[in-house]
Amino acid sequence: MSRWLALEKRPDPLRWMPYLVPMASVVVALLSGAPILYLIGVDPWTAYRAMVWAAFGDLYGVSETLVKAIPLLLLGLGVGVAFRLGFWNIGAEGQFYLGAVGGTWFALSAPDWPALALQPLMLLMGFAAGAVWALVPAALRLYARTNEIITTLMLNYIAMLWIDFLVYGPWKDPQAFGFPFTPPLPQAARLPTLAGSRVHLGLLLGLVAAVILALLLWRTRLGYELRIIGWSSEAARYAGLPIARVTAIVISVSGGLAGLAGLCEVAGVQGRIQHGLSPGYGYTAIIVAWLARLNPWGTIVVSVLLGGLLVGSDMLQIAMGLPIAVAYLFQGLVLFSVLGLEVFVRYRVVWK
Amino acid sequence: MTPSPVVALSGITKRFPGIVANDAIDLEVYAGEIHALLGENGAGKTTLMKILYGLYRPDAGHICIDGQAVMLRSPQDAIRLGLGMAFQQFSLIPSLTVAENIALAVPSSGLRLRLHDIAVRLGTLSQRYGLPIDPWTPVWRLSVGEQQRVELLKLLYRQARILILDEPTSVLTPLEARGFLRAIQAMATSGLAVILISHKMDEVLAVAHRITVLRRGRAVVTVPRSEATAADLARAMIGRDLRPPPTRPLSAPGEVVLSVRDVSVREQPWQPALHGISFDLRQGEILGIAGVAGNGQRELAEVLVGLRRVTAGSMSLQGRDVTHATPREMIRLGVGYIPEDRLGSGLIPQASILDNLLLKEYQHPPFAYGPFLRYRVACAQASRLLSAFQVTAPSLHTLVGTLSGGSQQRLLLAREFSTQPILLIAAHPTRGLDAGAIEHVQHALLEQRQRGCAILLISEDLEELVALCDRIAVMYAGTISGIVSAAGADPATLGALMTGDRALCRNSLAEMPR
Amino acid sequence: MELTLIPLVLAAAVRAGTPIAFAALGELVAERSGVLNLGVEGMMLTGALAGFVVAQQTGQPWVGVLAAAVAGMVLSLVHAVLTISLQANQVVSGLALSIFGSGVTGFWGKRFIGVPADGFTTTAVTGLGGLPIIGPIFFQHDALVYLAYALIPGLWYILYRTYPGLQVRAAGESPASADAMGVEVTAVRYRCVAIGGVAAGLGGAYLSLAYTHIWIENMTAGRGWIAVAMVIFGTWDPWRTALGAYLFGGVQAMQLRLQAAGVAVPTHLLMMTPYLFTIVALVLASRDTTRRRLGAPAALATPYVRE
Repeated sequence: MSRWLALEKRPDPLRWMPYLVPMASVVVALLSGAPILYLIGVDPWTAYRAMVWAAFGDLYGVSETLVKAIPLLLLGLGVGVAFRLGFWNIGAEGQFYLGAVGGTWFALSAPDWPALALQPLMLLMGFAAGAVWALVPAALRLYARTNEIITTLMLNYIAMLWIDFLVYGPWKDPQAFGFPFTPPLPQAARLPTLAGSRVHLGLLLGLVAAVILALLLWRTRLGYELRIIGWSSEAARYAGLPIARVTAIVISVSGGLAGLAGLCEVAGVQGRIQHGLSPGYGYTAIIVAWLARLNPWGTIVVSVLLGGLLVGSDMLQIAMGLPIAVAYLFQGLVLFSVLGLEVFVRYRVVWK
Repeated sequence: MTPSPVVALSGITKRFPGIVANDAIDLEVYAGEIHALLGENGAGKTTLMKILYGLYRPDAGHICIDGQAVMLRSPQDAIRLGLGMAFQQFSLIPSLTVAENIALAVPSSGLRLRLHDIAVRLGTLSQRYGLPIDPWTPVWRLSVGEQQRVELLKLLYRQARILILDEPTSVLTPLEARGFLRAIQAMATSGLAVILISHKMDEVLAVAHRITVLRRGRAVVTVPRSEATAADLARAMIGRDLRPPPTRPLSAPGEVVLSVRDVSVREQPWQPALHGISFDLRQGEILGIAGVAGNGQRELAEVLVGLRRVTAGSMSLQGRDVTHATPREMIRLGVGYIPEDRLGSGLIPQASILDNLLLKEYQHPPFAYGPFLRYRVACAQASRLLSAFQVTAPSLHTLVGTLSGGSQQRLLLAREFSTQPILLIAAHPTRGLDAGAIEHVQHALLEQRQRGCAILLISEDLEELVALCDRIAVMYAGTISGIVSAAGADPATLGALMTGDRALCRNSLAEMPR
Repeated sequence: MELTLIPLVLAAAVRAGTPIAFAALGELVAERSGVLNLGVEGMMLTGALAGFVVAQQTGQPWVGVLAAAVAGMVLSLVHAVLTISLQANQVVSGLALSIFGSGVTGFWGKRFIGVPADGFTTTAVTGLGGLPIIGPIFFQHDALVYLAYALIPGLWYILYRTYPGLQVRAAGESPASADAMGVEVTAVRYRCVAIGGVAAGLGGAYLSLAYTHIWIENMTAGRGWIAVAMVIFGTWDPWRTALGAYLFGGVQAMQLRLQAAGVAVPTHLLMMTPYLFTIVALVLASRDTTRRRLGAPAALATPYVRE
């Protein structure tokens, strides 16, 4: 009787696996990226040591990692909560941009306001703008049965073009010698930072958001409804759950968090909107959410991990002249690794 | 010299997580024989045949076809050796035509599809065995009986020498079933070997040459027909004397709880319409809905719980108009629902026991406190329900998908009954359960009836309906073809009603719907 | 706009729609077998780069096209292994493919930005190319456009009139039944995903070797996603899907023409039109539930495993 490898379902999924998988997948990704780096003439081990040092080796590195982790955290929480509902929000990138636009518009229109009044409203505008941008595909899905993967994605491209339109056109800074920037935000709109580093208020917002989401998911009726609808829309329909209302609220939160991330990036880090505001944070956030298994606490950890990956990739670009696309290369590998390793949480390999 | 068997299984064992489905089973089948595999739901008959057909691999044992030991890695291997299996759930592709389905099942010469040739040959076969069919209809448009014919024709077209038929008459009317059994007798006479899986004693006794009884995964006994009696077989199947069905205590039905008048629903792709459904249902009464699956029973259930929109007619619950009520309103008014697919709209397999139990009442105190959920209260209530309904599970956080079918059904009942519904819609509540679980469900339903609940019971099991119901309504082609009182129900009348043949019932006790 | 411009715009529409047509037809095959592959963007980029590099190094555009097809296929097989054999989530795996494709091509392609290469030139079809009006619109393009033309009826014939095509449709509608009838569902799905990869690679090669003769990072600009949308728009039918692709090409050609004509709408806003068109097309196509329900493969994106 001949034998071969087969997958057999585990009767009880391993409990500690979910925590091991994110770490393991980063390691696997780096290992599989090694040959690609080698082919281009870079010694992988030197590169990796340098990446880890850049991201976590000294206080400056850690603070830069946190700076990158902030948008990933907010975006990851937003994407995660939408995914839980069964809504594939690939549009976080676009919602990020819209939030930046919305908040910036408010700040530029009210330059003389004091910080205490300006900042909360600006943050709210950013949140609202991102929420609206996410509600459009949500409405299309609810009422026109249109696939949200495509619509959210198309809106990403439209949002990026919208930003370009603004920075090359009506919002172009007259004092920027023709470069595509908006005028800088008024000082009152700049978010407070931590002890001389670039880590800004967004970190606090992200952590608070994580706590609120965790509370929502497991202690409230809305969270219960969210989880049920995500698992089985059929059962939810029978039990009379208010699917439209829950979808609207959850997607608003999802888009709002993404918008908040965008605004924080402008008001906390860059100080103005420019072309290429986001190096693809919205897509990286999908990886963050998936690695964290859509769990708010996990998202905090994973966003720091991937923030470190981004900082390391930046360093590779600056110090070793590698193209910035190397960041996407590793992110793609990480996601592949997660998908491959996930199998072992649910199945085990047997000889049959 | 006795001929050698065409099929010989020896020592076949198959294990699944938590259960031994087949335990060292031996079986021999000869050409020209109809060999019945008799046993209750869950005895292991289908598993054994899936092993023979190459869908499962046995954990131990050997298979010999025509005296040669074989290793079956897939249905393709089985098909090549002359085996053919017709499943309980049809393995036809609904969006393709009959001819395309047959083409799929037959190894072809060359790339081009020769549908015309297939249609011609189909015509010959269907004439020879009495199985009329139109090769150009898409399968989703065929009735269940016609689809059954296609399944058989598929096997015959492939020139299968050994036919495995899994509960083939479970979806046929008594008349269709008789015709079907005649067809397989013709096949056996022409030299084919037929393995008939069934749990229906009378069928088996009517056509089988030899009978093997399976119980709890073991082959208990193999007897030739001449030596078999119904009582012996029943004892072998269950392991004890046949328990009489639960006695239904006499009760006088109370006031009308549900009143349905002329309800119609428009036809949709894959979903038959309802036309002019009318009936009343009273407190403490069980009204059965009989009929071959696919005649509108599912649509009727969905209409009654608010999941499907009514296009004409009206319904009222305790006097209140509920024609356009939403599911949530129906739940609030005290309607319980045990759906046909318990893991579809009933329970959520990826959710925990606790989350599933909360589903209907999570919005009300004491579980809800403003926007928050009180988990401690929910856990206490859930534990209470689990012990009251004898659901065994490791913990409240166990995922429902990992429970057995019987446990899942008990859980569903626990949830629905805990709200003390005034009306319960139960669709095929005992389908796929083992004998112990079936008994439990039937007793639970009778208990609710005693309590005064009005129950609508949809079932394909005529015995169950006669045992449990006060009245039985038969559905055919989206209408109620007749309502009879269970006491006077006889299979002939019911069978006639199931095929819509009203002429035959003129002299019966059937009430005609208003 | 003068009347003589219309045929020019239509000809441009055919050219602009060709890469979408390639990619969409390939994705159609994969989805018909039941596998959703959202990595089309990544596969197109890989095809574009591979095709460009090989064509530039060897001086032979057709060798480049072959390389593009192989590259797209290799990438698609990663998705196939993850989703078919390892039962990973098909949406996320496709996304990973797109992200990875973007990364690996940006990474490797840096050296080739601004490097010229010989690509495909226009070859008119003898006889047909000389027809009035129709000739310039359809028959005065490069060879790859004609390849796309041939693909449409070819795919239709294979899907509906041959045995392998029947197996593909069965695997996508009801893999359990197909398996019971002896169809090797896993093998069929692998093959279809690979075909999708080849086609996407060809679409990418068209961009870098025919539509333009250069390589730019992320040059597909979302065309892979639009191809996926066109499959839905065409309700999984080869003719309607191709129609959607060329309609999209038309929108893009109009946009470029208006830009060149100096219309008073800002460039960036004009550039939004193709993406808006895709959304609108998708909304319109999704409203007709009956048609969609009858069209979508019933087992799309659901993995199949035999116990």
